[in-house]
Amino acid sequence: MRINPRYIDKIMRGSLTAQALFTVGILVLIVVVIFIKGFSHVSMEFIFSNPEDMGRLGGIFPSIAGTIFLGLLSIAFATPLGVGTAIFLTEYTRESFFTRIIRFGVESLAGIPSIIYGLFGFIFFVIKLKMGWSLLSGTLTVAIMVLPTIIRTSEEAIKAVPNNLKMVSFSLGATKWETVTRVILPSAAPGVLTGIMLSIGRAVSETAAVIFTMGSSLRLPTSIMDSGRTMAVHFYILAREGISMEKAYATALVLVCSILVINIVAYYLMNRMIARYS
Amino acid sequence: MNKKFIDKENIIKFVLALFALSSLLFLFVIFVFILSEGLPLFYKAGVTNIVFGMKWAPTKASFGIFPMIISSFMVTFGALVVGAPLALACATYLSEYAGRKMKIFLKPSLELLAGIPSVVYGFLGVVYIVPIIREHLGGAGFSILSTSLVLGIMILPTITSISFDALMSVPAAYREGSLAMGATKWQTIYRVVLPAARSGILASFILGMGRAVGETMAVIMVAGNALKIPTSLLDPLRTLTSNIALELAYATGDHRRALFSTGVVLLVIIMSLNLVANFWVKARVSK
Repeated sequence: MRINPRYIDKIMRGSLTAQALFTVGILVLIVVVIFIKGFSHVSMEFIFSNPEDMGRLGGIFPSIAGTIFLGLLSIAFATPLGVGTAIFLTEYTRESFFTRIIRFGVESLAGIPSIIYGLFGFIFFVIKLKMGWSLLSGTLTVAIMVLPTIIRTSEEAIKAVPNNLKMVSFSLGATKWETVTRVILPSAAPGVLTGIMLSIGRAVSETAAVIFTMGSSLRLPTSIMDSGRTMAVHFYILAREGISMEKAYATALVLVCSILVINIVAYYLMNRMIARYS
Repeated sequence: MNKKFIDKENIIKFVLALFALSSLLFLFVIFVFILSEGLPLFYKAGVTNIVFGMKWAPTKASFGIFPMIISSFMVTFGALVVGAPLALACATYLSEYAGRKMKIFLKPSLELLAGIPSVVYGFLGVVYIVPIIREHLGGAGFSILSTSLVLGIMILPTITSISFDALMSVPAAYREGSLAMGATKWQTIYRVVLPAARSGILASFILGMGRAVGETMAVIMVAGNALKIPTSLLDPLRTLTSNIALELAYATGDHRRALFSTGVVLLVIIMSLNLVANFWVKARVSK
C-alpha cells in the first residue's frame, strides 16, 4: 500500500512542530519551576544578609559577592590575553602552520571538560604554587577555561569589521597598531563584549572547576587569597547535602536570573554587531 | 619612517604573538600536570589493573575504574538517545518550517536557555525525575535512566543550535531543485536537506556527547554513585567525572594519584571525541 506523500508531509510537519515546541517547552518549564518555587523565598534580606547555620537560615550575600569577584577577576585576566590573541590571529599574521597550531590549542582548551580544569587548578595553583583554596586559584583556573570563548568571539567580531574602514585608516598614515586601537577595536566592541558577557556567564554557572580551586568557605572573601563560594557552588552544596530546599530554590532563582540577564545582554550586543555590519 | 617607530610596531607584534602562544602554553601545562600526577600510578599498579580493574578501593591499593568507564559510556549513549532525536527535530523545524516570527522567538529562547547552569538540571532531576522513577518503575530512582534523562535534556540546546547551523548552510538551490521536481517538503528534507547536512549533524551529536561525558555535578546528584557495573536501566552508577569530584577533596597519596589517573582516561576519551568531531567538520568543509 502506498500512502500519499502529501499526508506524510502533513503528519511530519505536525510532528516536527510538536517536538520543537516540546523541546523549548521543557527548557522554559525548568525556568518557570525555579521561579514559582523560589519566588516566595527571595527577598532583599535574602540577597543582602549572611547565611547562618550552614545556609539553613539567612541569605546568600557572601556567595553573590564571591560570584561577582570571580566573574570580574577572571575576565580581567582572560580579556587582554584573548583579545590580544584574536588581534594577532586576524591582523598581524597570515594563515600558516603557526596559526594552525594556535587554533588547535584554542580548540583543545574549549573541549576540555570543567572537572579536568578543576583537577588542574587544584594540583597546580592550590598545591604546587601554594595559593591554597582561594579566590586567586579560582580566578586563574576559570580565566584559562573561558579564554577560548573570548578568542573565538573576538576573532569573529574583528573579521566582521569592513575592510574599507582599515584601508581609510592606513591611507591617512596610521600605523597598524593605531588602526587596531582606534578603528578596528571600537568597531568590533559589541562583538568582543558579547564574548566577555558569555565568559562571565560561564564563570557564574561553573561548579566543578570552582569548588576545587576556590573552595567553599561561607565567609565573604576580603582578599584574593581568601577562600569563598560562588552562588553555583552554594546551590550545589545546599541541594546535594539536603540542607534546605527553600534556600536551594531561592539560590537557584537568583542564579538563573543572573544567567538570563547576562545572556540577554550578550545576545543584544551580538545582534547590534550583526545589525551594524550586514 | 624613523627607526623608533618601526621598533614599536615590532614590539607590539611580538607581545601579541606571545599572547597568542599563551593558549598553547596553558594546554601544555594542563597536560603536563594531569599526566605527571596520573601516569605514575599506571606504571605502579599496571594499566590493565586500572583500566580493566573491577574493584575501586583506592585506600587498599585497588584502583579499578572499568565500571566507571562503562557507566560513562552508558549514560553518554543514553543522553544521546534522549536528546539527539528531539534536538534534531527542533533544528529541522526551526530551519525548514518555522516562520519568521516563530524563528525570532524560538532561536533566542534556546540560546538563552543554553546558559542554565548544569547544577540546576541536576537539582530538578533529583526533585522531579528521581522520585517519579522510584515510584513507578522501582529501584532507588538514582539510575542510568534518570541520569540519561537529565543529561539528554541538558545537551538539547547544544545539539539543536549546531544542527541548525548545519541545516542552514545547505544551499537553497538544493531545496528548490527538489521542490521543482514535485517532491513534498518532507521528501525534500528527508532525501535532500538532511543528507546534505549529515556531517554537521553528526558533529553536533559528537559535541553533545562530549558535553555529556564531561558533565560532573549534575551527574553526581542523580546517578547514585554506586561502584558496580550497572546491569539494568534502573541501577545506580558512578561515572569517571563523578569519581573525581566525589573524592578529590579528601584524597591523599596514591588515592589522589588514582583520581588523576581517572582524569587521564577521561582526557583520552574527550580528545578522541574531539578528533572525530573535527574530522567530520573538516570533511564537510572540503566537500
